[in-house]
Amino acid sequence: MSPEELVERIKSLLGDYAKEIKIWKNDYIEVEVDKENIEEVAKRMKEFGFDHVKDLTVVDYMKEGFFRIIYNLGSYDNFELSYYIVGIAYNIPRDKPATKTLFYIYTSADFQEREAYEAFGITFEGHPDLRPVLLSPPVAELKPLRKDFVVKEDPEIITKKK
Amino acid sequence: MSGIIRTQGAQVGFNDLKLPGMWSRKIGKDLYEIFIGPQHPGSGHMRIVIRVDGDVIVEADPDMGYVHRTMEKLSEVRTWIKGIPLFERMAIHDACNVTLPYVRAVEKLMDIEAPERAKYLRVLLCEINRIAAFLYGFGIFGVFLGHSTMYMWPFGDREVWVELAEWLTGARLTHSYPVFGGVRRDVPAGFTDALRKAIRYMRKRLEDYRKIFVDNPVIRARLEGVGVIPKNLAIELGITGPNLRASGVKYDVRLNHPYEVYDQLDFEIPVFQEGDAYARVWQRVEEIKQSLNILEQVADWLDRHPRTPILHDKFWKTAPPLYKKIFEETGRAKLGAVYAIMKVPAGKAYERAETARGEISYYVESNGGNKPYRIRIHSASARNALVYKYIVPGHRVMDLPAIYGSIDYFPPEADR
Repeated sequence: MSPEELVERIKSLLGDYAKEIKIWKNDYIEVEVDKENIEEVAKRMKEFGFDHVKDLTVVDYMKEGFFRIIYNLGSYDNFELSYYIVGIAYNIPRDKPATKTLFYIYTSADFQEREAYEAFGITFEGHPDLRPVLLSPPVAELKPLRKDFVVKEDPEIITKKK
Repeated sequence: MSGIIRTQGAQVGFNDLKLPGMWSRKIGKDLYEIFIGPQHPGSGHMRIVIRVDGDVIVEADPDMGYVHRTMEKLSEVRTWIKGIPLFERMAIHDACNVTLPYVRAVEKLMDIEAPERAKYLRVLLCEINRIAAFLYGFGIFGVFLGHSTMYMWPFGDREVWVELAEWLTGARLTHSYPVFGGVRRDVPAGFTDALRKAIRYMRKRLEDYRKIFVDNPVIRARLEGVGVIPKNLAIELGITGPNLRASGVKYDVRLNHPYEVYDQLDFEIPVFQEGDAYARVWQRVEEIKQSLNILEQVADWLDRHPRTPILHDKFWKTAPPLYKKIFEETGRAKLGAVYAIMKVPAGKAYERAETARGEISYYVESNGGNKPYRIRIHSASARNALVYKYIVPGHRVMDLPAIYGSIDYFPPEADR
């Protein structure tokens, strides 16, 4: 299955829920959806054959003022689909970081939502056990993966001559 | 359980037990909470909090993060090339496998591809690393089951593969071997002969392992039917690597999303249906055999082909004549200054690879600068950690080390 064919099938599967679909480097497909529809979209994607969450990525766009949450879905059972990763992406405002959990649809998102909670301070409403997983509670308070948590930069060895 | 000390005092009640590396307290009628680790000799840098009713575990809560090094954050303040030595600290004995998808993702963003010879060399080190990591896992598993021979033999045999890797790359562990556009070194003279010798030796040793460990009645009694992960649950939890394939799912990144030259090599993906701890042991033995087959083919290919550049032209053309002379003589490619100032075009790439413990995935986003904007890593052990929460309850305490060892969980990789 070519990436274009898969995009067509996702379009017909999701209908109006898919706001924008992009193909990155031939094997990564990013589907932009609305925050409100995320549960419905996840249910349909799971029925379609993307049976687990490979990775839950949050990207902080501080200047633009939003977090982008990306559920990167993969497939184990379907050989054709397993070549591709489909990222279901949506934005939430930075000052109100709360969204719905997908734990009841994808059990594999369990620890990853906890990771996003500790590193970015995003609340996943409805998650049964939302507490830090890697960090200790005082460190998790700092929300270390946000862009406004600044780490002292590494000194550069090579500098441009003036 | 000979080391039980009953303690009394204000902080711990009369019924509390103190075991070496463990601490427990009573939380209800017939219900105890036991903290195993993080300084337990077996658990590594990880704590599992279990609740037991008598001898049966009713709840398990893996408590990770004791070796968390904020790699995702650190990568944002370092230049691209510095990501390679950073990420390989996740699993130092599996360094080539864990950094390869990062290197490939950046290559994807730059629209370049490594030369064919470099691809074969990457596969060569990947498989050497994979075997060494499996042997490391076997050794730890032997400790867990009180089988000290199975601890010493694989750790001794692992030395063969570590020495080969040292000969090839110059470092026993943390090789930093794949770099953007290729690899750092070509194979030294006489390497493929030594590799073939090691393959013959390993095949013989696998038979010895079978006799003393895998077919041992005591080991079978401890492992058969323990920690069963049914196929549908393995898919639902997103378990990965040999643990997934031991549950009957034929999924291997080398097969499903071939990278480097794996689509040109002839190997099989072993699959077991049982899904218990014993099947996971056999799975790893079979995977070592397949890795040996791959290594044989790579050795043949290297023997047939003369030395050609191992770095992409984009980087190699800027190398001064002295660097090229050194490469002609020794096969070592010195990295040019272009790596330190390189910028990566804006965009996103997703890349994954099959490490010894399962699939590792990198989400790499660049905004066109000399540092990554966001890198998200999800490693195999982090995904396999769900097993403790969902599979362990219902087993006896005695089975916990067997399950822990059979999953081949590696805390530094999980914590990143």
